[in-house]
Order: sequence, then C-alpha cells, then structure tokens
Amino acid sequence: MNWSSWLIWGFVATLALTTIGSASQGLGLTRMNLPYMLGTMFTPSRDKSTLYGTVVHFFSGWLFSLVYVLIFQSLGHAGWWPGALLGLLHAGFVLTVFMSLLPSIHPRMASEQHGPDAQNMLEPPGFLALNYGMRTPLAVLVSHVVFGMILGAFYRLV
Amino acid sequence: MCSRIGTLQFRTRESGYERQEHSSLAKEQVGPAIRIEALRNAGLLAASPTFSNFIYLDVVTPKIQDYGVIGDCRSAALISKYGSIEFLCWPRFDSRSIFAAILDRQKGGFWSIAPEEPFSSSFEYIPETNVLQTSFHCGSGTALLTDLIPVRAEAQKRKLLVPDHELIRRLECTAGELRIGIRFHPRAQYGLSEVRIRERGKLGLQMEVGRGVYWLRSAVSLRIGRGCAETSVVMKRGDVLRFSFTYAEQSPMPLPALGGEIDETIAASVAWWRNWTAQCKYSGPYRAAVLRSALALKLLTYSPSGAVVAAATASLPERIGGGLNWDYRYCWLRDASLTIRALLGLGYIAEAQCFLTWLLHATSITQPQLRVLYTVFGQEGPKEKYPPLEGYCGSQPVRIGNAARHQLQLDIYGEVIDAAAQYAGLAGRFDRVTQRVLIKIGKFVAQHWDQPDEGIWEPRSGRANNTHSRLMCWTALDRLLALGQKNYIQNLPKDLFRRERDRIRDQIETRAWNEALQSYASTLDGNGMDAALLRLSWYGLESGDSLRMMRTEQAIRQSLGCGNDLLYRYERKPQEGAFGVCGFWGVEQLALSGRLNEAIRAFENLLTYQSDLGLYSEEIDPHTGDALGNIPQAFTHVGLISAALTLHERMQGTPHPAVKVGADVNASGSEQPQ
Repeated sequence: MNWSSWLIWGFVATLALTTIGSASQGLGLTRMNLPYMLGTMFTPSRDKSTLYGTVVHFFSGWLFSLVYVLIFQSLGHAGWWPGALLGLLHAGFVLTVFMSLLPSIHPRMASEQHGPDAQNMLEPPGFLALNYGMRTPLAVLVSHVVFGMILGAFYRLV
Repeated sequence: MCSRIGTLQFRTRESGYERQEHSSLAKEQVGPAIRIEALRNAGLLAASPTFSNFIYLDVVTPKIQDYGVIGDCRSAALISKYGSIEFLCWPRFDSRSIFAAILDRQKGGFWSIAPEEPFSSSFEYIPETNVLQTSFHCGSGTALLTDLIPVRAEAQKRKLLVPDHELIRRLECTAGELRIGIRFHPRAQYGLSEVRIRERGKLGLQMEVGRGVYWLRSAVSLRIGRGCAETSVVMKRGDVLRFSFTYAEQSPMPLPALGGEIDETIAASVAWWRNWTAQCKYSGPYRAAVLRSALALKLLTYSPSGAVVAAATASLPERIGGGLNWDYRYCWLRDASLTIRALLGLGYIAEAQCFLTWLLHATSITQPQLRVLYTVFGQEGPKEKYPPLEGYCGSQPVRIGNAARHQLQLDIYGEVIDAAAQYAGLAGRFDRVTQRVLIKIGKFVAQHWDQPDEGIWEPRSGRANNTHSRLMCWTALDRLLALGQKNYIQNLPKDLFRRERDRIRDQIETRAWNEALQSYASTLDGNGMDAALLRLSWYGLESGDSLRMMRTEQAIRQSLGCGNDLLYRYERKPQEGAFGVCGFWGVEQLALSGRLNEAIRAFENLLTYQSDLGLYSEEIDPHTGDALGNIPQAFTHVGLISAALTLHERMQGTPHPAVKVGADVNASGSEQPQ
C-alpha cells in the first residue's frame, strides 16, 4: 500500500469529481447537487448546507478512493481501464442503491409514498436520480468514471 | 382543451377586449363559442364583466389595467382580475415565460382558478403589501383567491429549507357553495414549447423544461391532458384549496407542504411587506398612492443586484393593435435620477444605496460610456427577437429583447450623476473608485455633449440635437462641480467642467429657445415640442417661475396636452397614448412655478387614472382612460412619487430639491446656492 500516492491521487480524483459535478449543474445537465443533499442532512440553511456538504462530500470521496486503492492492491494491478470500470460500478451503486435509500436516511427529504411535509421537503431523486434531470445518470457516470480513471492511471502500487 | 379561435377583436365598454370568433373550426370543436352565444343571449357578456371560467380566457382579453402584479423582488407574475395568471417568467424578470397568455391567448399559457358558473369579480391588494386578493361572486356563493410570490427576510431564508422560486395560490369559499374550475396550461419559452406534465404521486406534478424543473402541488387531483392539467371541484363555505407552484434550476427542489404551512408563508409575506412599508417616511396627503407606487417600485427591484427593471412585462402595446410593443424587463438608466429621488425621499436609504452601487459598478464594463439599458446584472441587453405570438389584442410584432440597447442617449449621463449627487449627502465622501468613475463619466460628457443623439424617447428614426439631452449633460457637469465644491470628490477638472457646463447653458439659452414659439423647442434651432422640456426647471437650469419656463409650459400644454392634465410626450402622428410620467412632470413644474393649488388639482386629476389596484402602465389612453403599454411601469410610479414629494416640499416651504445638489441652479422661492 502506497499511502502517499493514495493521498495525492485520491485528493486529485476527488477534486475532479467535485468539479465535474459542479460544472454539470452550471451547464444545466443535472440538478443533482450532492454537497447540498449531504449538507441538508445536518442543517436546513442553504448557505451552511452547501458548505458542510462540500466538506463531507470531499472527505467521503477521498475515503472512497481508499477502497479503489485497496482493490488495485488486491488485484496487483492499477491502470486507467480498471479504474474506469470501478468508477462505472461506483456510479451504478450511487444511482441505484444510494439514491433509492436516500429518502429513508435523509432527515429532510420527502418520499414519493408520503409526499412532503413541514420537516421532509427536499425533492427525492427517484429512479436513477431522474427527478433531477434526464441527463443526471450521464453526469454521474462521467464524473465517477473520470474519478476512477485518474486513480487507476496515477496510483502507484509500490 | 385549448380552443382555436380567431383573432379579430372589438372593444366592449365594460369588460375588456372581446374576441370575436370567426373560425369555422372553433364552432365545431369547442364549447366556448356556444357558451359565448348563450351568454350574449342572456345579456351577460355585453352588460357586465361576468364570465365563467371556461369561457373567459377564450373570449376576453382583459384590459391592461385589469391585471394585478405580484412578485418577490426577483420575478413577477401578472394575474387578471378573473383569476388567471397570464404572465410569469422564472427565475428572473427577463427569463423566458412559463405563462404568457397576455401575449397570445392560445399559445401563451395560463393558470386559471375561477368559478365555472357566471361570476363577477374584483381584486385588491392586502393593504400595504403586494399580496393580491380576488373576490369571486356567483349566484350560489362567493370565494376569495389569494395570490402571492412569497418574500422572506434573508435571515429567515438562511435558516429554512425553502424553494428558490415559488408562487402560492389559496382559494377559500367564503359563502354558499360553488364549483371551481382549475385550468393549468403551462407553455415554455413564450408559448413556443409544449410542456410535458408528469404525475409524481404525492409529490405533485413535475415539469422539466430546459435546465430547470417546475412542480405544481395541490391537495386536489388534477387530470393531466396534453400539456395541461385540469379539474373542477365543488367548494362549500370554509373550504380551502392551496396550491404551490415552484421552480428550481441548480439543485433539488424543496417541495413545500400544503397545509397550515402555506398560510404561515402568506402571513410571513404580509408581515414582510408591511414591515417594509412601515419604513416609508412620506407624511403628505397622498400616502395611499405613494405607498402603492413605492410597493410597485420595490416589486420591480431585483434584490440580488439592486437593479430596478423598467416594467414587469414585455410587448404590451402603446397603441392597441399597433406595433409599439417593447420589452421593458431591463434596467434603463434614464430612470436613475427619479428613482433615487423617490427612494431617498421616502426614506428607503438601503434600496437607494443598492441601486446607486448597481448603477456605478454594474455598468463598469462599458464605462465611461453608458448603455441605454442593461440586464439586472449589468450585462448588455439582449438583441430583439420576434416570437410568433399573436400579441396583446393582435398588437404585433411581439418583441423580446430591446433594439434601443445600442442607441446613443446623452441624457443618461446626467441621470446617473444626478442620482449620485442626490445620494452624496448620505454617503459623505465617495470612495476613490467611485470618484474616479464619476470623473471619467464627467470627462466623457465634457467631450461629447455637443453631438446629436437619439434622446430620452428612443425614436427609431435617427439622431437629433435634443434639448433635453443637452439639459442632462449640463446637469451632469453642474452636479459634479457641486460635488467638488462640497469636497465629496477630489481632483475634479473644475475648469474643464465649468467651461463646458457654461457652454451648454449658453447653447440651450440661445439655440433651444424659439423666439417665434416663445418656448424652448425639442431640438436646437427647432420648433417641435417635447414634454421632457418640463424638466428644465426640475434640474434647475431654469427657474420654475421664469418667464421662459412659464411660456414653455404653456406651449407644451397647448400642443401636447390631451385633457385632464395628461400630456403626450412629443408630437407624433398617429398619436400614441398620453405618457404617464409627463403628466407628473407637469405637476412638478406647476409646483415649482409657485402655482401650488393648480399643481394639487393636476395631481389629483392624474390619480384618477390609476388602476383599481393603484398601478400605472407607461401610457394612458386619453379618450378612454385605459392603461397602455407595459405594467407596472417604474418610470410612471417614480414620477408620481417625485411629484407627491415636490408638492409636500412646497407645502412645507422647503427648497427646490435641485438646490441641494446643484452648483448653478436657478431655483424659485429659495436662495441661490453659494
């Protein structure tokens, strides 16, 4: 396990992931705003939630990169295409499992079964997060594949 | 459900512009034609403003003054007094529309909530707010519809999870029992794109349009058709229906709950507006009209930048059926001086500061040259486009964007600097950047004042040596010299400014004065009339009671007066409507000339032209009193406020406002400044 290589390239990959996510919103590809969604778990304040969520999202990304690195170590091989493949799996997990679980674990998110109330108001993502725009799956896939490719291409096993 | 009916109109005396159906298709396909006939036979259509929800939109285009406006200092919606939202653009004033039936009854899109049986209606604002209430009266019962775009204190918004953009409608049956029709017909991009509505269970109806998403939530289930959702419900006394329509672009939407939370939001908005109006320091005799104008002005303010848009709408005609249809959802610098005068005079210092900051810094891209108009963030206004809409009562073309953006209007330099001069007393010395900006603008004026320009009225016919533009260039240099005298600005090129200012005065006094007419003329060496010449006394180049000014006023009233103290802005054939703000300029000239009683009478005459809600559009039809042009119009409302302030100042014997800010001012009834 090459700790310094993980720290550096995990940081860079997370930076790329966050930047692509923000750019996708700015370009109108998706309204999925993971920092905001994570931040509103802690506070309803829009300003604070975006700040908190960005920090949480960044460190989660960094931590997730450790999982990638451990997989590379166990395979004994790192490269852009295994990284891209892992990114694809990661995006698939986020879009299907995490997004469907989110309304049950998020303290401020509404669900399609119960509708919004005074406490749970945030629009739920729906299947593949399509409620946040038809191109949301594409934006999520691209950002995570790039995340995996950067890690795979630049992480050094030893 | 949308009917296809032709576009021939004729005016009905009471109720608006009736649409005469002339398409054979319409008779076969839609019920409205039959209902129109039935109503005509029953004498309802011609005799009184009584319609049912399901025929109103197809047969009647309300008069412009029969629209109310709601807003949140970011966007605005127009609602007819028949309960139909017919203009709404999100996320900001100049965005593309989601409802625009006011510009095209078939394609534009609307959201109507009204009784299905014949009704009469009236509307009013909850006092001291921009929250609109429409009362429906039917044979079987009555209902009250409350419409608002919620406003909240910034501190409150930071604490709560709230939608970025929301419009709330709350309908309560107040007596008897009645069947209410709800017709929700959104159309994107000025009616050019149909909107796909998706049912999302208990979350509501979702509509994805471009990069954004709209949600409609209500407790009643709506039947979804192609691009529309409709239903009808029977309501009994005490029943309440609540609707929340929201929009988001960049993040997941907080979807508001529909119960008592909606009522709390309404109460919070009412409290917010009342708190704002309570800060108004005007204590004169016209408080109701002044407050309504202040509320209209606040509603037209774009809070995130401090800009004030000229009006909330686009392409409402200055001549019904004609081509004078302009998009006013941008910020015109020509309104600057009067806007600051209005805000400061009423005690809204923070708004004045934000507006001045916007004026000086948002325009920095083009300084020292100033453009005629900017977007709310100081970008160049968009170029003109012509969406294929039928226009209000067939008034074509419908214009989106504004071609005046590249005109040369030298008057705006004086407007901006006079605005800064009015604010200067509160700011103390300007910071160095602001000083440099003002000096740069002054130097530009000193170098360019002696050239033809399009002038304040933005004719599309070319440039001329406009007297009013010269007046405003004189004002720019005079105010800068005054700011230098008071040490608000340092390192002013005083000799240059003084020399050029005096040259402008000399030119106006010699070449703009027409001896044969015994009046100032609209252009140098010309003989035309222009109501903007009434500003000669307001800015202090002439004294209000000087012989020249009195004769100029007389000549203007003779050639541009159209009865009851209304004034056309200039000579034009065929004439358009009387220009709202010009009437108020006439009031101020009367007051500044010492004829206070005449000024009061004229002001009160002009107040009779406000809509039922106290709103003014840009122009007034002098024959019918109908509003013409975009509504509500900031220029007219700041004109009203300024006139009310001048009357009050004169009643109290306080000096002419130009005395405080000018260096070489001819002011009547007050001492000349040092």
